[in-house]
Amino acid sequence: MSPGGPPIVEVAELSRTFGSRRAVAGVTFSLAAGECLALFGPNGAGKTTLLRVLAGLLRPTSGSARVCGIRLPGGALARSGVGLISHHTMLYEALSPRENVAFAARLYGIRDSRARVDDVLRRMSMLERSEAPVRSLSRGMQQRVSIARAMVHAPQLVLADEPYSGLDDSGARALTALLQDLRSTGTAIIIVTHNLAEGLSLATHAAVMQRGKFVRYDAADRINAGSYATAYREAVAASG
Amino acid sequence: MADILVSAWVIARKDLAIEFRTRSAFLSAVVFSLLGLVIFYYSWDPTAVTATDLAPGVLWVIFTFSGLLGLHRSFGVEMEDHAIDGLLASPVSREAIFLGKAMANLIFVVAVQAIAIPALVVFYNLPLGGIAVPLVAIAILAAIGLVAVGTLFSAMAVNTRLAELLLPMLALPFFVPIVTAAAQVTSKLLSGRPLIEASAWLKLLLAFDILFVVACTLAYPFTVED
Repeated sequence: MSPGGPPIVEVAELSRTFGSRRAVAGVTFSLAAGECLALFGPNGAGKTTLLRVLAGLLRPTSGSARVCGIRLPGGALARSGVGLISHHTMLYEALSPRENVAFAARLYGIRDSRARVDDVLRRMSMLERSEAPVRSLSRGMQQRVSIARAMVHAPQLVLADEPYSGLDDSGARALTALLQDLRSTGTAIIIVTHNLAEGLSLATHAAVMQRGKFVRYDAADRINAGSYATAYREAVAASG
Repeated sequence: MADILVSAWVIARKDLAIEFRTRSAFLSAVVFSLLGLVIFYYSWDPTAVTATDLAPGVLWVIFTFSGLLGLHRSFGVEMEDHAIDGLLASPVSREAIFLGKAMANLIFVVAVQAIAIPALVVFYNLPLGGIAVPLVAIAILAAIGLVAVGTLFSAMAVNTRLAELLLPMLALPFFVPIVTAAAQVTSKLLSGRPLIEASAWLKLLLAFDILFVVACTLAYPFTVED
């Protein structure tokens, strides 16, 4: 499926403040089905806050955001189309990978989820370890399970906050293949990463964020890895 | 409403599965209950106070404090690697999350009661005869109110550094009317008085149950909104 069609994400002048601090300051962009925005920027630039607003975990302070056609904060309906991957695994350590993913499937209203759970665990190469308690798994394996958990309901929008953290080469390749596959089936993706090569390999759009604002925002045909590396380094230097 | 209850049960089952695996809070609560019974038993002078006068107070002091152990863990498990974000980002309503947590806590408290009440009967040689069913009903009624308040304050306290201290400080004042009413009804039952004599306390207990369940369910979303 080629990118395009009605926007999955529409953000206009979105701001989010914490007290007097503006974590996100007037961000505007849109993303259609099958498109991927790679978001770069130094720590504290507001990337995670932007993702948390789009995931329904934070309310926008001003501006507007629509996800899957629903204006935020849109409650349960808006959240049902979103898959969230974070550098926190969001897993229960006492439960097995299968139980964690099946629990997520039930939260998203998937009945008879066994086949779906098996499928996402297989795609993240975790089917063989699916019955072991999560606490017995390595950090990278836990991250794979966390990704499977976020994918179990076939979301229209995937929000991935540093999804490669903790993954080994094999896990990173599996994740990249999964994200590319999702894009090809019409899922929109926003990926936050500090790895320019990984981010740009998936992206149809890219942005560099600094102090809550997009200081660069480009479509795929104008993305130049070298200039992004420079913009990213400048943003990190300016924030430090 | 049916959707909310279905989602709540999914969350409750998950919490109970975690507690069944770890058994950390349940064992602590049972050990605390039994130790409390033993301590009260050996400090009791049967010639000064009868068993039927002492037992209701012992029972409800034990339930109150052992329940807090489970309530503290209720939202504690959600802080493991930010599992709460996964719950809040799902399409399940905030009210369903609260009710699911409360259901799991209620089953936890009732399970502790299922061990503590027979132990109390044995220790104090109580005349359980025909009052077993009403006593269990009162225990469950009181547990509903305690759990509703405790679950809400567990959610509020869990993000603070002093969560273990804050939860009892916040919850105990709200437990007072429930524990008082439950202890009064229990006292009437153990004294062999007809339940009608405790009807005012019973109504109070029911009223607080309804008030706390409704108010806490509606208040919970505000504890997780930024």
